[in-house]
Amino acid sequence: MTLAALQRDFRNSLIDEPAGMGQWVDEGARPGLAIYHNAYRVQLVDCLRETFEKTHLWLGDDAFTEAARTHIESAPPHGWTLGIYGEGFERTLAALYPDDPEVAELAWLDWALSRAFEGQDAPPLDPVTLQDADWDNAVLKLVPTFRLRSACTNAGAIWSALSAESDVPAAAMLPEPGAMLVWRQEFTPCFRTIEAIERDALRLIEAGESFGALCSILIERSGEDAGVTQAGALLGQWIGDGLIAAVKTKDG
Amino acid sequence: MQTTAFHGFGLGLRAQHYPDFLESSVPVDFVEVISENFMIDGGRPRYILNQIRERHPVALHGVSMSIGSADGLNLGYLRRLKALADHIDPLFVSDHLCWTRIEGFNSHDLLPLPYTEEALDIVCANVRQAQDVLGRTMLIENPSSYLQFMCDSMSEWQFLDALCERTGCSLLLDVNNIFVSATNHGFDPVDYLDGVPADRVRQIHLAGHSQGHDRLIDTHDKPVPPPVWAVYGEACQRVGPVAAMIERDDAIPPLAELLAELDMARAIAADDRRQAA
Repeated sequence: MTLAALQRDFRNSLIDEPAGMGQWVDEGARPGLAIYHNAYRVQLVDCLRETFEKTHLWLGDDAFTEAARTHIESAPPHGWTLGIYGEGFERTLAALYPDDPEVAELAWLDWALSRAFEGQDAPPLDPVTLQDADWDNAVLKLVPTFRLRSACTNAGAIWSALSAESDVPAAAMLPEPGAMLVWRQEFTPCFRTIEAIERDALRLIEAGESFGALCSILIERSGEDAGVTQAGALLGQWIGDGLIAAVKTKDG
Repeated sequence: MQTTAFHGFGLGLRAQHYPDFLESSVPVDFVEVISENFMIDGGRPRYILNQIRERHPVALHGVSMSIGSADGLNLGYLRRLKALADHIDPLFVSDHLCWTRIEGFNSHDLLPLPYTEEALDIVCANVRQAQDVLGRTMLIENPSSYLQFMCDSMSEWQFLDALCERTGCSLLLDVNNIFVSATNHGFDPVDYLDGVPADRVRQIHLAGHSQGHDRLIDTHDKPVPPPVWAVYGEACQRVGPVAAMIERDDAIPPLAELLAELDMARAIAADDRRQAA
């Protein structure tokens, strides 16, 4: 009899049924085992409900709880913090709701905002670096809380309406696939639903391409004047949003 | 590695009361925070903790060290806790006499240990390692438990006494947990208090509980009930002036209600000191 064997059996009794502990406890311990068995699930469901608040509102409590329990059965927690337990819940929901893509997109948004809340701080961008930048070779460093996901539904509008407790729109496909962008402004997590052109531009920046390379691609796509205007508008938007942590020089 | 000699009355800091603590002078001698809530990369929680640390001493209370894991401690966790402790310079760093993790699985619940010589050896090794990494004496808290193991060869208080003796750790005595476990397992809380090494107690937790189907459950969602105040009075007579605080984690009331409970703790401790004088 070892502690390791007892703890393995106890774990199994939490994940499966509160049986299989007969070697360690007598019949009188059954109510106690049931308390631990139940508390394990209740805590994880509560964690998912809190992390995926808007997804919970969208699905309703019964459907959300059923989805949470499905997730718990397939994904026992491994991290020391409950804060990361929601990782992968979006995939569980995508499998459960294949014909309702807004559900998984809403869950991604809840998850990304929750991670941004406690993500790494970024010092404010020094305006001097903007004045002195060599824009052809400048590389934009995004804030550490930046997250991007392709989107095909109006999940962002649904999330905002649920948050504002206003009339919630019906789920709908976007006219063109775009993306959802999440980051944190000082202490406030925020998001925007963006069009494909900005999504592609941000992916270039995230990959470490220079601002000059982005300008070239936009010029190729839209023509000289429109491309330069688009690049300037995007840069202004990103700086205003607080998405840029630093401006570096490529290979510098 | 000595713990700070400190006595006073505090509260568990919860998010609902952040504005009170940031915008007014709250009459507490210290606050206690859940360590894991601040072992994060950044954002508002860390900022708020820094602000509050400028006004009050802070105790760090953990729920995820899993000091009773047969497969040892998580070094990544320990390093994060050390970084937080080095930054905050806490009054105490505490966690529970329990286990939460085995072979990568983490229950996120404070699971009971068998009180055997083998478990004692393992917990001692883990406490020594934690204290070495942290460079601090740890406070170990007695848990509430809902079952006992057939292989137990000693009582919980005997286990804690031996743990303190072998590792030099101190104790966080949760008098609600003593009452809950005593009711669930049929022992006398006074026997428990007489069995733990009183000179190792640095901190006391006060909380409420709920009546489950046929067990008391440590829910921290109610005021401290009279029987727990009675155990606290007995504890005060034995351990003398230490840090004492109210722990509320659910159905959290306005701050004024918790401060009134804290006044009760002050009055009971003062009565016991007067009687002892």
